[in-house]
Amino acid sequence: MQPFTNFTGIVCPLDRSNVDTDAIIPKQFLKSIQRSGFGPNLFDEWRYLDTGEPGRDNSGRPLNPSFVLNDPRYAGASILLTRANFGCGSSREHAPWALADYGFKVILAEGFADIFFNNCFENGILPIVLDPAVIDRLFAQASGPGALQVQVELAGQTLAPAGGDVIPFDVHPYRKHCLLLGLDEIGQTLQHADAIAGYEERRQQQAPWLFT
Amino acid sequence: MAAATLYDKLWDDHVVRYEGDTALLYIDRQLIHEVTSPQAFEGLRIHGRRPRRPEANLAVPDHNVPTTRRAAGITDPVARLQVETLVHNCAEFGITLFGMDDPRQGIVHVIGPETGFTLPGTTMVCGDSHTSTHGAFGALAFGIGTSEVEHVLATRCLVQRKSKAMLISVDGSLGPGITAKDVVLAIIGEIGTAGGTGYVLEFGGDAVRALSMEGRMTICNMAIEAGARAGLIAVDEKTIDYLRGRPYAPQGELFDQAAAHWRTLQSDPGAVFDREVHLDAASIKPQVTWGTSPEMVAPVDGRVPDPDRITDPAKAAGVRRALVYMGLSPGTAITDIRPDKVFIGSCTNSRIEDLRAAAEVVKGRKVAEGIKLAMVVPGSGPVKEQAEAEGLDRIFREAGFEWREPGCSMCLAMNADRLEPGERCASTSNRNFEGRQGYGGRTHLVSPAMAAAAAVAGRFVDVRDL
Repeated sequence: MQPFTNFTGIVCPLDRSNVDTDAIIPKQFLKSIQRSGFGPNLFDEWRYLDTGEPGRDNSGRPLNPSFVLNDPRYAGASILLTRANFGCGSSREHAPWALADYGFKVILAEGFADIFFNNCFENGILPIVLDPAVIDRLFAQASGPGALQVQVELAGQTLAPAGGDVIPFDVHPYRKHCLLLGLDEIGQTLQHADAIAGYEERRQQQAPWLFT
Repeated sequence: MAAATLYDKLWDDHVVRYEGDTALLYIDRQLIHEVTSPQAFEGLRIHGRRPRRPEANLAVPDHNVPTTRRAAGITDPVARLQVETLVHNCAEFGITLFGMDDPRQGIVHVIGPETGFTLPGTTMVCGDSHTSTHGAFGALAFGIGTSEVEHVLATRCLVQRKSKAMLISVDGSLGPGITAKDVVLAIIGEIGTAGGTGYVLEFGGDAVRALSMEGRMTICNMAIEAGARAGLIAVDEKTIDYLRGRPYAPQGELFDQAAAHWRTLQSDPGAVFDREVHLDAASIKPQVTWGTSPEMVAPVDGRVPDPDRITDPAKAAGVRRALVYMGLSPGTAITDIRPDKVFIGSCTNSRIEDLRAAAEVVKGRKVAEGIKLAMVVPGSGPVKEQAEAEGLDRIFREAGFEWREPGCSMCLAMNADRLEPGERCASTSNRNFEGRQGYGGRTHLVSPAMAAAAAVAGRFVDVRDL
């Protein structure tokens, strides 16, 4: 995984609650055995006026002009702004793969579904939970005639909207550490191989039926 | 020692080490299917890693498999490659696979319990959100992403923080004709699709204790639809009786030794939960969802809500959008809604008890004119075989239902079974999201008995009136 670096990006406002992972990446694209290439089909059913299929060239497909991702103001956006319970439903990691492949690095929301939240960190995406009042304010700023630019600083845990007050945010120290260094989490766990082996030995004594 | 919740006990039994509030949690069992595993195996290959304890994993293709003429194979080349990739990966890494032609093949969350691979007191994961199903056995079971599938394969561990614990107690007795599906939809209607976020839910109360293991699985299956990390139900003699003699369950003396431990898997009297919710079982009616989120649910004698009467603007906007998508007007009676298709199946409701309940309604009746397709997709090979031994397949066929091969099928429509744009479905599955059962498809979630009733009546009806 690439280390997460500070950046300034355009905010794309997706004004919906309970956006599920079926909406983020529809099921037909889950047949792929790759981790990449999902970006053109991100939010496929909302973004296009026809039905997408895996392997199809998306460049000539009719775009839905009323969907926010197709608004020229938000071209090149790398920060997604949304509402409550983002990423609910299916555990498919194809959802963060599609968001990352499109270019999103940060998601700002009132709340996230649990599995999706974890999956983001595994893919170098920083999901940030903000107070509903702050989210409302950002929606107002991002929905104006010009795009809103926000500077993201992970080490100091701050968001700096252009021309606005700095917004502090929370992130778990372990997650932050892994993002900043771009660590392989499996490699981290394997450093504790002795502790795992010790646990297995104890567990086999207590619950031998799990080791037959 | 302080009184512990069932969740506390399961958690404490599996902590390998702590670093601050973060635990390395040991994972006893992993289920694997074709959709969320290829990139995990590829990750192992790239890093030159091998699975730790490969025997602690069990794999089966279920999402992409056809439910018609299995022998014809998969016609979609992309789906076929994914299933073949699972076969190759399992062979390369030494993992037991129930292949597409294996009589034990079925939906991953049906075959886990059916084979006794699912056991009380274990931690269990799968790259599938409905892994919460296995919590019905007093196991800490939850869905994970593909990176975590790889993490468990390589290390048998996950980095986790403990969730909060919520008790959902369904007090008293359910009325006649009310099923586990109605209970869990009523719970989600009560707490909302994000009501369980950050929690592990323990389902208790007399009404939950009175349920069969199949009913308990239906409830825990949909814990994820309330946003919860996992659902749990305490172990009792029903749990133990269900597992006795299953091929992957311990046998003989070892079973008795295991059962003695399993009997301790309840929350202690006086255990403190972070939140408690009580529902009155007697007040629960058959439930039908009308919108695009499982929390958008009403009793069968209810009506579709009017967004103009909802004060919260965000909620009103959500309802308005859902009604447009669903093609419904505010105030429509649920019993005036007419499905085009009926789907009985999925990891929520495809077990033998579900099929019996549906067959009882269907027996001696015919699928109504105007229903384009009514189908039953058993959850596994053994469920199908049992149903056929009981003659349920004949009841369904004579009524005009199609009787299919096991798989996930039209719950998520990755195979050929799907809704066409605008089609409306009475479905026993778990998600009514936009496009879930096919682009533009409209899903109404119901119990198997209610789906069967809708099939014969041509509209939603109270199954208790039939």
